[in-house]
Amino acid sequence: MSKAESTETTPSEDGVIQSVSGPVVSARDLDARMNDVVYVGDEGLMGEVIEIEGDITTIQVYEETSGVSPGEPVENTGEPLSVDLGPGMLDAIYDGVQRPLDVLEGKMGSPYLDRGVDAPGIDLEKEWEFEPTVEVGDEVGRGDVVGVVEETVTIDHKVMVPPDALDEGETTEVTAVESGSFDVTETVIELANGTDVSMHQEWPVREARPSANKKTPRTPLVSGQRILDGLFPIAKGGTAAIPGPFGSGKTVTQHQLAKYADADIIIYVGCGERGNEMTEVIEDFPELEDPANGNPLMARTSLIANTSNMPVAARESCIYTGITIAEYYRDMGYDVALMADSTSRWAEAMREISSRLEEMPGEEGYPAYLAARLAQFYERAGYFENVNGTEGSVSAIGAVSPPGGDFSEPVTQNTLRIVKTFWALDADLAERRHFPSINWNESYSLYKDQLDPWFEDEVADDWAEKRQWAVDVLDEETELQEIVQLVGKDALPDDQQLTLEVARYLREAYLQQNAFHPVDTYCPPEKTYLMLTTIETFNDEAFDALEAGVPVEEIVDTEAAPRINRIGVQEDYEEYVEELKAEITEELRSLY
Amino acid sequence: MKEYQTITEISGPLVYAEVDEAIGYDEIVEIETAQGETLRGQVLESSEGVVAIQVFEGTSGIDQNASVRFLGETMKMPVTEDLLGRVLDGSGRPIDDGPEIVPEERQDIVGAAINPYSREYPEEFIETGVSAIDGMNTLVRGQKLPIFSSSGQPHSELAMQIARQASVPEEEEGDDEESSEFAVIFGAMGITQEEANEFMEDFERTGALERSVVFMNLADDPAVERTVTPRMVLTTAEYLAFEKDYHVLVILTDMTNYCEALREIGAAREEVPGRRGYPGYMYTDLAQLYERAGRIQGREGSVTQIPILTMPGDDDTHPIPDLTGYITEGQIYVDPDLNSQGLQPPINVLPSLSRLMDDGIGEGLTREDHADVKDQMFAAYAEGEDLRDLVNIVGREALSELDNKYLDFADAFESEFVDQGFDQNRDIEETLEIGWDLLSMLPKDALNRIDEEFIEEYYREDDSEREVVEAAD
Repeated sequence: MSKAESTETTPSEDGVIQSVSGPVVSARDLDARMNDVVYVGDEGLMGEVIEIEGDITTIQVYEETSGVSPGEPVENTGEPLSVDLGPGMLDAIYDGVQRPLDVLEGKMGSPYLDRGVDAPGIDLEKEWEFEPTVEVGDEVGRGDVVGVVEETVTIDHKVMVPPDALDEGETTEVTAVESGSFDVTETVIELANGTDVSMHQEWPVREARPSANKKTPRTPLVSGQRILDGLFPIAKGGTAAIPGPFGSGKTVTQHQLAKYADADIIIYVGCGERGNEMTEVIEDFPELEDPANGNPLMARTSLIANTSNMPVAARESCIYTGITIAEYYRDMGYDVALMADSTSRWAEAMREISSRLEEMPGEEGYPAYLAARLAQFYERAGYFENVNGTEGSVSAIGAVSPPGGDFSEPVTQNTLRIVKTFWALDADLAERRHFPSINWNESYSLYKDQLDPWFEDEVADDWAEKRQWAVDVLDEETELQEIVQLVGKDALPDDQQLTLEVARYLREAYLQQNAFHPVDTYCPPEKTYLMLTTIETFNDEAFDALEAGVPVEEIVDTEAAPRINRIGVQEDYEEYVEELKAEITEELRSLY
Repeated sequence: MKEYQTITEISGPLVYAEVDEAIGYDEIVEIETAQGETLRGQVLESSEGVVAIQVFEGTSGIDQNASVRFLGETMKMPVTEDLLGRVLDGSGRPIDDGPEIVPEERQDIVGAAINPYSREYPEEFIETGVSAIDGMNTLVRGQKLPIFSSSGQPHSELAMQIARQASVPEEEEGDDEESSEFAVIFGAMGITQEEANEFMEDFERTGALERSVVFMNLADDPAVERTVTPRMVLTTAEYLAFEKDYHVLVILTDMTNYCEALREIGAAREEVPGRRGYPGYMYTDLAQLYERAGRIQGREGSVTQIPILTMPGDDDTHPIPDLTGYITEGQIYVDPDLNSQGLQPPINVLPSLSRLMDDGIGEGLTREDHADVKDQMFAAYAEGEDLRDLVNIVGREALSELDNKYLDFADAFESEFVDQGFDQNRDIEETLEIGWDLLSMLPKDALNRIDEEFIEEYYREDDSEREVVEAAD
């Protein structure tokens, strides 16, 4: 939460706690607006105003409320819940209200999260090398970049005129320019209209940062995951949902995206999930290499960890904290990808708060505004033309944890109405350790057509054709499997048996990918494509052989084809694929 | 400390009383009935002038003349190393006629969340000696791995086997001092006296009791007390692990009873119910228990949890197993079908899962081929399982030679790998060797998930090479 200079806030009248029930506290005589941040009780626990009725104000508290009693004071800050924006957000790990967890550990002197301790989201004392990109006399408008700071080895942080400093279309003159080492609170640029620009901004989390225009996304967010890039791609600026029952690999898929997606910035929001999983990210990411440039992955990542046992109100806000930080980097012209794991926990936090407020419940006890909140969140993603004329994107990928794995529940359904990519995780596949266990029959991507031109330019002319071929084979397999379940495989005609064999390679070699294998974990689109063409080579040659009278048993029993399954783990895959194609062709042709 | 005789309403486990001072949320309350009995409770909601109190022992015997005392503090657990070897009731009071417990510290039972930044990622293999767990769904220190079972299944035997065997390797290696580093904390919630006796007898027989702390809330004990028991257990566990360097294994049984108690309180408070009448905050509540497992940087000890839950109707989409599965790092399924076939332990490995496994196995931890062997066995067993359905329709003869091999593999997997008996303790080497014996029933090129190098090294070319590492018993 923003602590940077509690500016000349008008002192508000303090209130008195009237009642306490879990994370919901009501106070009397508090002069507050909706969504103001307040400090509750003698310990000063942070909270937010969520309801005002007569002289009673209801507050959701972001910290544990044990021991808080009626009669204790409530202090209003008069400001909405905001985040601190500025250099230092990358390589950081926050809780749901942007308190840096490493700083909290130091301040609390304990591995446990204590109460009533606050810390600014960015280090206010650390000095950064500021390099101006404007000169005295230049005209600047809102959001314009006025300087650059090297935030991490990977990312140059662009210092911008705050979007609320000027009106739309208005420009003003730069009157003073500094250069050198400054902390984030010092003024580095002065403008003629009186605005002092520092490296630090604040922005209320529940409000989208302004943009000039939203455009149709046409570039894929390449993930290095075959089934995603190959069959169900997401665009930079796109939205995706990953629903699945527990154990089906939501988190692994999210982690893979965070590691290998070709975005400039990754915001990873662990919303109500496991502590050990966040620890894994904290331990792994600094050591992992960014596939784009070999720098540590943490240099482009900001983590928000509000684990399931941390206060539920902070879980409600962590999604907003994440998307606001994402928008800030978007304004600099970066492609940002935000992973939210899991949006169901966020929805449940809303439900919990709503039920404590005794609001009339909607479906399954969720508040009636669930759909609206989900839509608002996903609408903040997109491919944008920013107010300063640059282009940037925010891609939002939300995991969904439907109770009992039943996709008909409200969170999944309301999410599907908004997102354009759907990666359905399947417990059956997970059970047989087919990972990623994304069901190819149920999943879809509505970005396919608008992304095909990119793949055709960058990878191969017939990218879309090949994909369609694979989809057709898999569809046919699904139908054939139904018959096989009844009569057995051997009762099928030879050509259908062969189709099953081809489909098996598609499933085992192409769709499965081992996230824990050092090579297979990341598969560039070129390799994805080559793998598919190898399977197609086998398909074509095998059917030629069948036509020439070779029995299907002999075709299936060849030596070269099973090596298709090993393409994934080959580092020098181009050579391997070339040889393999030749061998498959040679072996199958030698049969007739 | 003020006493009130101002009870206005008594409803189920709840008592409402008028007060004229500020009472803290979660504060502990003592209620003295006219008969002189003292009951304990906790503030569930505190408003000006009136508080709602949840009474642990149940409200029977309370009338409007009962006096209410607020102790001015939240619930605490007196902790000390001397708790080892003791048997306590569900609220942490000794019931074993032993000496009075002199606490070293009194700790808040709610427990603060561990800062994710301060955690250490669990990756130390725990050898449970159970092949279906060690080989296929490995447990690591600091993990929470529940057993999903249903009524009438031998989940207690499995839990006892794990508690007994998991400690063994360290005892062998280390001197006496090291062997004391392992502790079991057993939290019983609403189980029957008989079940409790089984655990106690096993603890006494194997000498495990002296390094255990037992909390007993039995079926006829007050249900509301069950909401406190696991917090007492985990507070003790955290103390022993993070302040006294023990590796603590926590067994909580039965979580289903805990959740029923939550529902009871929710209903008494007339809360808006969530799925199947369970409170909407059950996910958060369960998370506050399960997330207390883990390791902390710079601390020696660890808290590993094995909660047991009986799934109503053996249905894992029921809210209790469902929410649990979303919080815990995997689950072990006890399968009624396998149990009726006589498998011991009747673990169904296919739906079972250990999320922390991948970082806890491999070269230097277990063996370099472990991950591949596991993957291949999962795939082969799943294939065999599928074919069983088909065999029922078309018969074995209609299947190809390879399919028949998969069927044989599935049978052998159950009889040789899974069915080891509750008394046999297999080390990981033995488990993997049995794995290779079984995998060698399949042709080499069917082993597509295993690195060629490992196939070269471990694959049994013909039957005579199969080292029969059969059950030693």
